[in-house]
Amino acid sequence: MVKKTKKTNKAKKTSKVTKKAGKSKETAREKMIGQHIGYRYDVNLVPDYKKITPFLKKYIEHMGWDDLNWLEDVHMGYEEGRPAVFDRNANGWVTIPKKIKLPNNQQDRDMIARELLVKFQMSPNHPLVDLKKAYKKG
Amino acid sequence: MANIKDSKATSMGLHQEALKGRTQQVFFNPEESENFYYYGAYDVDFNQRTEIDAMDLSCRELNEKMHSLMKEGYGTIVVKNPQGKHSLGVGILNKLNLIFEGSLGYFGVGSIDGPVVRITGRVGWSCAENMMAGKVVIEKNAGSCFGAAIRGGDLICKGSVGARTGIDMKGGTIVIGGDAGAFTGFMMQRGRIIILGDVGENLGDSMYDGTIFVLGSIKSLGSDAIEAELTDLDKKWLKRKLEVAEIGSNIDLSKITKVVAGKKLWNYDALEPTERKGAI
Repeated sequence: MVKKTKKTNKAKKTSKVTKKAGKSKETAREKMIGQHIGYRYDVNLVPDYKKITPFLKKYIEHMGWDDLNWLEDVHMGYEEGRPAVFDRNANGWVTIPKKIKLPNNQQDRDMIARELLVKFQMSPNHPLVDLKKAYKKG
Repeated sequence: MANIKDSKATSMGLHQEALKGRTQQVFFNPEESENFYYYGAYDVDFNQRTEIDAMDLSCRELNEKMHSLMKEGYGTIVVKNPQGKHSLGVGILNKLNLIFEGSLGYFGVGSIDGPVVRITGRVGWSCAENMMAGKVVIEKNAGSCFGAAIRGGDLICKGSVGARTGIDMKGGTIVIGGDAGAFTGFMMQRGRIIILGDVGENLGDSMYDGTIFVLGSIKSLGSDAIEAELTDLDKKWLKRKLEVAEIGSNIDLSKITKVVAGKKLWNYDALEPTERKGAI
């Protein structure tokens, strides 16, 4: 019985952390300067290939790679308190719409982030498409 | 100075954009169609193969030739006699199977995004600088600044490399089959470096983040680089990554030393707003 109670407490703590991840100011120094120091997710977490999605498998095969390649560095982060993915091509955060429900596990969230980012970068709506049309040489 | 007032970009409204805040507030569209090509990339077929003799071609001529072949749909290009010329195979933002039969000079295959490259010889300084994605395999040794400022992809050297490997790297994986010189991982911010041989002085000096795995001996750790515990997930990932790199299939993973940032430098990015507050 005692063990069960402990587990429930732990689970509650974890979900609170996940919900607050975008907003909490943890240290006095962070309060003073009004910004976070460092990341609020593990950027060094290596991907768990058991969680890979069918879309990502297809992308890897299309490119002729053996694994996730550059997507190993893509993680679900936060921008202004909301889940977002950093798009290195546009040099900005791209926000996840509210209607997409995200799992609590970081490995699963990261796989969703990777899939959405690839779709966004290859989309005709990507901001770089206009830039390329305007500035492309030749 | 170029006059941008009447440019194509101005007519598209690109110079009226209001820039404020740190976010662009761009949202993902979950119904985005399935497409694996960047805008403007060439649709190539790996089964279409061709060869180029680089003997009498300048660097620019060879790079232009490769682009025109990709435009024609060639997905596998073999370059013969590269003769250590500089800046070959740079700026390829496409899926491609590229083979160099020989050695490259300085800044080979820089700023690439996607191709799988194999170089049968050696490479000079700054190979694959600013690489974004793809896989590069060098069969022999590499010079200094190997994979400088790399942002993604797998960069593999089966031999030994010079100093400052992975300097300022912001992502991706660098795998070294032999030894690495001094200041390996200098100022690295993200990504992973695997060294199967020994490494010189000041490993990971001033690293902000990222991970370095070393099988051999470490002459000394740099400022703010510390040893960390190797997890089971790390071991699984290392085993799989070494298979991708085609080296180190029989090494004892438990003998690997993991080095990470001590994160004492993490206050660095907070100094500026504090100083600004003080100044106001």
